[in-house]
Amino acid sequence: MQAWRIRVRGQVQGVGFRPFVWQLARARGLRGVVLNDAEGVLIRVAGDLGDFAAALRDQAPPLARVDAVEVTAAVCDDLPEGFQIAASGAAGAETRVTPDAATCPDCLAEIRGEGRRRGYAFTNCTHCGPRFSILQSLPYDRARTTMAPFAMCPACRAEYEDPADRRFHAQPIACPDCGPRLWLEAGGAELPGDAIGLAAARLKAGEILAVKGLGGFHLACDATNADAVDLLRARKRRPAKPFALMAREEDLARIVAVSPAALAALRDPAAPIVLMPARGSLPETLAPGMAELGVMLPYTPLHHLLLDAFGGVLVMTSGNLSGAPQVIGNDEAREKLSAFADAFLMHDRAIARRLDDSVVRVDPPMVLRRARGQVPGTLPLPPGFETAPQIVAYGGQMKAALCLIKTGQALLGHHLGELDEALTWEAFLQADADYAALFDHRPQAVAVDLHPDFRASRHGAARAGRLGVPLIAVQHHHAHLAACLGENLWPKDGGKVAVIVLDGLGLGPDGTVWGGELLLGDYKGFERVAWLKPAPLIGGDRAQIEPWRNALVRLDAAGLSDLADRLFPAAPRDLARQLAAKGINAPLSSSAGRLFDAVAACLGICPMRQSYEGEAAMRLESLAADTGPVPDLPCVGGAIDPAPLFQLLAAGERPDRVAHALHASLAQAFAAEARRLIEAGQAEAVALTGGCFQNSRLATMTRNFLADQGILTQGRIPANDGGLALGQALVAAAKLESN
Amino acid sequence: MALRDERVTLAHGGGGKAMRDLIEEVFTSVFQPPGMEDQARLTEAALAEPGARLAFTTDSYVVTPVEFPGGDIGKIAVCGTVNDLAVGGARPLWLSAAFILEEGTEVALLRRIVATMAREAEAAGVRIVTGDTKVVGRGACDGVFVTTSGVGVIPPGREMAAGRVRPGDVAIVNGVLGDHGATILAARGDLALTSDIESDCAALGHLMADVIAAAPGIRAARDLTRGGLASALNEIAQTAGCGLVIEETALPLRPEVVGLCEILGLDPLYLANEGRLVVFVPEAEAAAALAAMRARPEGAGACVVGRAVAEHAGQVRMRTAFGGARIVDMLVGEQLPRIC
Ligand SMILES: [Fe+3]
Ligand SMILES: [Mg+2]
Ligand SMILES: [Zn+2]
Ligand SMILES: [Zn+2]
Repeated sequence: MQAWRIRVRGQVQGVGFRPFVWQLARARGLRGVVLNDAEGVLIRVAGDLGDFAAALRDQAPPLARVDAVEVTAAVCDDLPEGFQIAASGAAGAETRVTPDAATCPDCLAEIRGEGRRRGYAFTNCTHCGPRFSILQSLPYDRARTTMAPFAMCPACRAEYEDPADRRFHAQPIACPDCGPRLWLEAGGAELPGDAIGLAAARLKAGEILAVKGLGGFHLACDATNADAVDLLRARKRRPAKPFALMAREEDLARIVAVSPAALAALRDPAAPIVLMPARGSLPETLAPGMAELGVMLPYTPLHHLLLDAFGGVLVMTSGNLSGAPQVIGNDEAREKLSAFADAFLMHDRAIARRLDDSVVRVDPPMVLRRARGQVPGTLPLPPGFETAPQIVAYGGQMKAALCLIKTGQALLGHHLGELDEALTWEAFLQADADYAALFDHRPQAVAVDLHPDFRASRHGAARAGRLGVPLIAVQHHHAHLAACLGENLWPKDGGKVAVIVLDGLGLGPDGTVWGGELLLGDYKGFERVAWLKPAPLIGGDRAQIEPWRNALVRLDAAGLSDLADRLFPAAPRDLARQLAAKGINAPLSSSAGRLFDAVAACLGICPMRQSYEGEAAMRLESLAADTGPVPDLPCVGGAIDPAPLFQLLAAGERPDRVAHALHASLAQAFAAEARRLIEAGQAEAVALTGGCFQNSRLATMTRNFLADQGILTQGRIPANDGGLALGQALVAAAKLESN
Repeated sequence: MALRDERVTLAHGGGGKAMRDLIEEVFTSVFQPPGMEDQARLTEAALAEPGARLAFTTDSYVVTPVEFPGGDIGKIAVCGTVNDLAVGGARPLWLSAAFILEEGTEVALLRRIVATMAREAEAAGVRIVTGDTKVVGRGACDGVFVTTSGVGVIPPGREMAAGRVRPGDVAIVNGVLGDHGATILAARGDLALTSDIESDCAALGHLMADVIAAAPGIRAARDLTRGGLASALNEIAQTAGCGLVIEETALPLRPEVVGLCEILGLDPLYLANEGRLVVFVPEAEAAAALAAMRARPEGAGACVVGRAVAEHAGQVRMRTAFGGARIVDMLVGEQLPRIC
């Protein structure tokens, strides 16, 4: 009888792939065996394959991602009668963990149905449920997750052991008899009764609840109740930063305009927050000054039950102290969130690691925050990096995320936050250890940012020293460049690309602060071809908090000092001007982000102080309207001068048109310079990266100006510093090889 | 009086009569009694005590401008070295003073500096017993550089070292932070800034003596100089191998200093001081140490700023007003922008 060896590569472990193979094989009367090993899934099978190989790809379970199915003829004398699932044995097997996944339709039907899991908040199966958020150590099995304290009941055990069951080897399997328990507590005491019903009633009454979810606690309140929203803002001391919402699919259309692409993103097993145009039916205070709202679907049974009982739209903002990361522990929540929450919807399944909600946009597609549901998935590296050494890269300071590369794959870690925050720093150290274990990683080099005072840079330098491996410091925007090329699988020797990097700040090799650049380069190196004309960053980081500082220097440079004096009468302008003139803590910067701040300040958008990072730029984006003049920004000796924008402002142009002009002029100026490189034959393609390209208006306009060119953009990896580490790793790999 | 209204010339460093006149008129006559010798010969009974140890330190002082509200380079040069000795548990006794003078420096300025030094030394109970002068050409130094070395005696049995700090110990500072750094920033000739802030420059030998008497279990003390409280605490945390936690709301900061820092974009935790120290004492002695400090003018603003903990060894954290915790690092160099 003819026999075959079938190798399946991709995300095929821990997703019910072996029982799927078992069912396929049995339905076709094949004999053989399926097993997990370090390379994925291996099937040894005898008989008439028919469409078996195609079905492996086409009918794969929902959470599987099949990258390759390789069929080779083989001699197999030792195959069993029938078809078997072999226990995992070899070292390195089943070390892959898939991301946490939203409740699947079958499980949702069960909790809404009449069976034993009716109303059970911890229902899950191999197609859904917690994974990375409950993982404590490897290999991934129940004993090494926070489900370990819950002994399976006989009924669950039977499902767990039955290859025909949807819960075959579903590690977090649970039921009301044996699994985690939900309760509502207030004033330190558990309240008797149905926790979900009680919680929903309190939300209806305008209370604020702390809700323990998958990757952390949320603070929830009725999104239609303006008083509740105001109360939450006051308690959290969060005056303006948008609140995320959670809504059932049937309620979406009332609150936002849902495009087909947005719906697909919402329904993804990752269940991210999706930014969509607001319909104006909810209180403006949910996202002051914003044209969009961020909404996610309920993604755990607990959320489904709560929303079903509540029957409306909830605010679901991360439960944290101002500036601190999301709370994950029960005691931690009681201590830190008591001042915010009237009651706690709690459970006794521990959260092993903090995973914020991921945030995406769909037009154009982009990931703003890469976290729950998206990690720890791997990404393929571009051609030419198959043999790159194992490298760990530690990313930036503000939106820290680390990246490991190995055997042609990258593991880009989740969004951690700002590393001076103590809990975030601890999470960074945990992530460093976690991902190394997940990837069985032994770094042969360490990559960091050029900035010596990033905690990540220091950590990397110390680690490289301990390991005795090379430390490679990568310029911030070179790393952005490489991350964008890498995501697009631009070959290592694919030639140079003209890369428009519009960003916040990054230390340049010349000691000034970069952030609005046209670079010509590849993974190995780059040159700076054009840049935003530098202006002093008065007070260093303080300029990021106080937009007027950026406005002042830009207005002065445009010869509009009088206007600056009129616009910012209360600001300490004289001293600021002295600092700028004398260069006292006022480094020159070409930051595009600060130019957005400058224009926003001139238009009266939080001129004196931003209440959260990016507020001015985001409000400016929302304000812009597609009309009006678009001044040309002259480019002299590579320096693109934004002065004409401020002249427009001085001429009394309408705010929405000035806001538009900023986006359009900047896009046009950089696109024109990039085009010249293409036309001169110096660049093979154009790429867009940097935090400013998370502004969809700017991204769309720049794309439009270059519509006839091959454009590389970032869709799956954040264009901001959340994707930086991938670029650092690729640059390091390229540099190591060229040495 | 031959030197009145003159400026320092290279001849004053030439080794001839001009130099001798300068030294006698400007330096040795002021530092008397009992006079300043080329080589000090000292007797000190305290040294003969069994177990007593000699403390010996040196520091160079450069500051622009040389004179500033609340002091001048001479005051810093005396106080800085006295404080170095004092925080090590020593009783400061003798100083040397070496001057590097830029050609063209006003002699009158020099006289003022020397007068300050004599006054501060007397107040601090130390004698300036030896010294040196060099003159360098224009541009080879910036006005006046001063180097002082100091000798003191540590009594038998007194052990103060950062390594002795242990979890539970309380950290106390003797007054508001950053006044000196803020004063210097504001007084820079090229920054026309009116400010009422004065340098905190002060000798802390007497204050340390009182604190040690009140809190004999004192573990360690550090004077806060360049790099401010943040740098001193990091050094202690790393040496002691324990964590330190400071409370943002407890930090003594003058509103004017906070305001100036906001405009300049600087963190007052890293601003320089010249008359501030942090002491670590066992919790049981904290109240006594605090009272002893507050009884002196240079400790009137003393307060508890934090404590040592067993967690996050080697790391300094600040509990924020909102209840979060931030890591307070030592900086590699200047405060560079980090926000992306
Ligand atoms: Fe960046
Ligand atoms: Mg010293
Ligand atoms: Zn399911
Ligand atoms: Zn069960």
